[in-house]
Amino acid sequence: MTLVLGISDSDLAAATGSDAALRRFLFGLPGVDQVGAEARAAALGTRSIKAQTKRDMIDLAISMIDLTTLEGADTPGKVNALCVKAQHPDPTDQSAPHTAAVCVYGDMVPYALQALGPDSPIRIAAVATAFPSGRASLDVKILDVRDAVANGAHEIDMVIDRGAFLSGRYMQVFEEIQAVKQACEHAHLKVILETGELQTYDNVRRASWLAMLAGADFIKTSTGKVQPAATAPVVLVMLEAVRDWHAITGKHIGMKPAGGIRTTKDALKMLVLVNEIPGEDWLSPDLFRIGASTLLNDLLLQRQRLRDGGYSGPNYVTVD
Amino acid sequence: MARIEYAPAPESRAVVKLRRQYGLFIDGEFVEPASGEYYATINPADESPLALIAEGGEADVDRAVRAARRAFTKWSKLSGAERAKYIYRIARILQERAREFAVLESMNNGKPIKESRDVDIPLVAAHFFHYAGWADKLEYAGFGPNPRPVGVAGQVIPWNFPLLMLSWKIAPALACGNTVVLKPAQTTPLTALLFAEVCQQAELPAGVVNIVTGHNQTGAAVVAHKGVDKVAFTGSTAVGRQIAETVAGTRKRLTLELGGKGANIVFDDAAMDQAVEGIVNGIYFNQGHVCCAGSRLLVQESVAEEVVARLKRRMQTLRVGDPLDKNTDVGAINSAAQLARISELSDSGSTEGAERWSSDCALPDKGFWFAPTVFTNVSQAHRIAREEIFGPVLSVLTFRTPAEAIEKANNTQYGLAAGIWTEKGSLILKMASELRAGIVWANTYNKFDPASPFGGYKESGYGREGGRQGLAGYLEADHV
Amino acid sequence: MSRIDVRKTYKLYINGAFPRSESGRSYEVLDAGGRFAANAALASRKDARDAVVAARSAFKGWSHANAYLRGQIVYRIAEVMESRRAQLVADVMACEGLTEARAKRVLDAAIDRVVWYAGWADKLPAVLGNANAVSGPFFNFSVPEPSGVIAIVAPEASSLLALVSVTIPVVVAGNTCVVVTSRTRPLPAITWAECLATSDLPNGVVNLLTGDHAEIAPWLASHKDVDGIDLSGVEDAALARSLEAAAAVNLKRFARHDAEEDWAVRPNLRRLSRFLETKTILQPIGV
Repeated sequence: MTLVLGISDSDLAAATGSDAALRRFLFGLPGVDQVGAEARAAALGTRSIKAQTKRDMIDLAISMIDLTTLEGADTPGKVNALCVKAQHPDPTDQSAPHTAAVCVYGDMVPYALQALGPDSPIRIAAVATAFPSGRASLDVKILDVRDAVANGAHEIDMVIDRGAFLSGRYMQVFEEIQAVKQACEHAHLKVILETGELQTYDNVRRASWLAMLAGADFIKTSTGKVQPAATAPVVLVMLEAVRDWHAITGKHIGMKPAGGIRTTKDALKMLVLVNEIPGEDWLSPDLFRIGASTLLNDLLLQRQRLRDGGYSGPNYVTVD
Repeated sequence: MARIEYAPAPESRAVVKLRRQYGLFIDGEFVEPASGEYYATINPADESPLALIAEGGEADVDRAVRAARRAFTKWSKLSGAERAKYIYRIARILQERAREFAVLESMNNGKPIKESRDVDIPLVAAHFFHYAGWADKLEYAGFGPNPRPVGVAGQVIPWNFPLLMLSWKIAPALACGNTVVLKPAQTTPLTALLFAEVCQQAELPAGVVNIVTGHNQTGAAVVAHKGVDKVAFTGSTAVGRQIAETVAGTRKRLTLELGGKGANIVFDDAAMDQAVEGIVNGIYFNQGHVCCAGSRLLVQESVAEEVVARLKRRMQTLRVGDPLDKNTDVGAINSAAQLARISELSDSGSTEGAERWSSDCALPDKGFWFAPTVFTNVSQAHRIAREEIFGPVLSVLTFRTPAEAIEKANNTQYGLAAGIWTEKGSLILKMASELRAGIVWANTYNKFDPASPFGGYKESGYGREGGRQGLAGYLEADHV
Repeated sequence: MSRIDVRKTYKLYINGAFPRSESGRSYEVLDAGGRFAANAALASRKDARDAVVAARSAFKGWSHANAYLRGQIVYRIAEVMESRRAQLVADVMACEGLTEARAKRVLDAAIDRVVWYAGWADKLPAVLGNANAVSGPFFNFSVPEPSGVIAIVAPEASSLLALVSVTIPVVVAGNTCVVVTSRTRPLPAITWAECLATSDLPNGVVNLLTGDHAEIAPWLASHKDVDGIDLSGVEDAALARSLEAAAAVNLKRFARHDAEEDWAVRPNLRRLSRFLETKTILQPIGV
């Protein structure tokens, strides 16, 4: 394909040259028809996953989880337990894969690092930039990011300024993401759109492109603190954005749904979306993550059921 | 990691209990055909025989029409409220036995279970439910103060939506107080025969619904029978024309729902991803065995290359295969004859210079299969741009301006359906008012609803099915 | 010595003009008493063809003209008829052999009929269209639209009232038409054509052919650019059957002859809705 959405690689560079250019670019993206997008997501939701495919997808889903605790009540003990669970999700079955990462507040990063050890394959993600509201000055947000990075975070999950986005100050959102990206240094940047506040799929698409233009390594749906969060059609629209970005630039941007994915069925639907929209490249923890906490136990219960033949129960997985 | 290959997820056939042989359903019971002849109906996905079906002849049709006439006397005098309750019963039983009908439909027709399960059968039940409610409200339907039934309706239906087409025919006929003799398509009689059992379970009075199976001659006998007051046909334009000639000079009422060559028009400002979905849904839904299929893609030149590229990418994800697999997107072609017609027309496309492309899908060895196909560089003069292929074959044409789109879209003897894809509301309404088609879908395609009148302009037939307008064909009234 | 009157040449009405038949033929029209009344043009197959071309080219403009305008134009036909009472009455008297009083009543009914139908122009969508309560997030509505070019075989006996009664409902709904008038009583039709020609009705919306039903109607019935045919005036069963069968060539919408139709009775919606299509439009509701 020579052109995607009529956009060439050089158009992307020009898109952020000025406020007006950025606005023109974002509004030049094709619209999203709500009903059509929801129907497509629902149709993919009817895929029936059976037998070995299901086993493989459950393990893949586990390996994609950013196991998350983002509570005011978080403590070193809680984070430690989370890390143990991330390493060995099913104490009865060492063949269960570890999760991709743990996701914590910035001040909890040292405890996670301590629990996981320096050579762990499990990444430590920290939320930053005045998570979850993002209502702080840029200086404060940058400090928040630097602090988390200094604490040893491998990945930063930032929130965009939804107020600025919704009032049309796209350049401000863009520059903020750029500044955060710079502050991340070697840490990977996930940009949370908080799609529940953006309300429309057109906004979700524009925010996805805005984040990718500004240097996001991942785009992420939600903080988990606002409903609705990672609905299937939102994930669909964002996956279409990373797919199209790749078609233009050849670069892979990761995608992370977070919030509201609680059951194996939900998770498998996400993987079906990945499978059928951007395709096989994204079927990897390097490019697709699922932000979740309770989901892991449901995946483990299903995993046990497939292994043992009968249904398992909540007392056969660990509560942390 | 490679793309995920879904393991087979077959819907169980155990829910369907087929008899070895089915008679004709006349006067409330299954009877032997006068000729004593039966033919095998098969599963088009693997060519395995499913059951033996009675070959109805003129004598059987006559018997059925007489039964319908006898039943008409009482049925037409029954109050609308009482008729309604019978039809509601039918709707409920169809819901209760929905999975059984869905599986059987997929077995006999070849359509994917996800369509028979999620589209056909739910719409069938909804259709009966909708028209049940009309039965005692006919005087409010706008056709005048004293609406009356027409009499005995002779109905001939096609194989593409076997039970759905049955519901479109029988539900309004019964609601208006008519009795019916219905002839299902020769290749897809099974759900109609199962429906006969539903009529029995609902204790519908004998003779109100009669089902006579057989080949084309059986249908011709229904149409030609002197005791039939109203003929309703869904099928090809060629057969519709013969029927109109047969009915000429009689007092029979006639409604025809015939072929189409729907234009699906994509403007450069369309919601691109949904438009691509709409194109796929427009032509690959039900293997393209859809009279209103969006078989001509008219795409604005400025986005044509990209739309086609996206379409092909999307088509590569279409899963073609076992109709009973819940993950199948495109099922089997209904018959060898239809497969031959699709192949012949597709070959003409290649011969005439259009560029052919099909998705890389493995096709089963047995049964009737055709890979989803798209032709580019198609011009208005190509046969594949003019003739109804009735298969999973899309012809792509381009246009530059709205006026050109309208001109090309209307440049056909058909006029059933059209699609419009644009984010500009005023353009939708402009296009909708200029397109000579009975159904115009804007930013969607192939959406059906019992409350929504369906039918064509020009050689796509006349009369409407669905909604208030769908009553007109089955009523005698001042304004009909 | 009394003045020698100037007599009218009765011609066809095609595309707003009054041509003779391209065939050059005419036929003698006799009055009800069997006396020579006039020579009328004997329309040919090619006249029918030209009339269809005129009707087709008028269709787009007329069908898309706003309904208020269509209603006013049709109403103006009634006004012009009123202003030409004397000749219309005289024609009806001559052709149908009626007394002046009865001929006047026929004309009154014809004018009133035009007025009645004129008012329907902007009400058809409200009465025949509807919003449809479909399941799902879609706005769905159905509207009536004209079928296109309609061929009409007008009744033989009622030379004006029936002609008006079959033509006006077709036209007010937005169709254009080619009408084959009463063969034996064609004079009121041509006088009426003069009313149409002076009523702002666009050229080609109504075309009137005088001549032989059996000669012209088959060409109209089999014409693939005609969308519908009204056989109201075809009393001969064999001809009616063959015309209806011929009309199947392109699935023309058709209306049959109804022996019991009483032209004096005020009509209902039947003739208005006969040559209408229902167009259903469905569109998603979303943000």
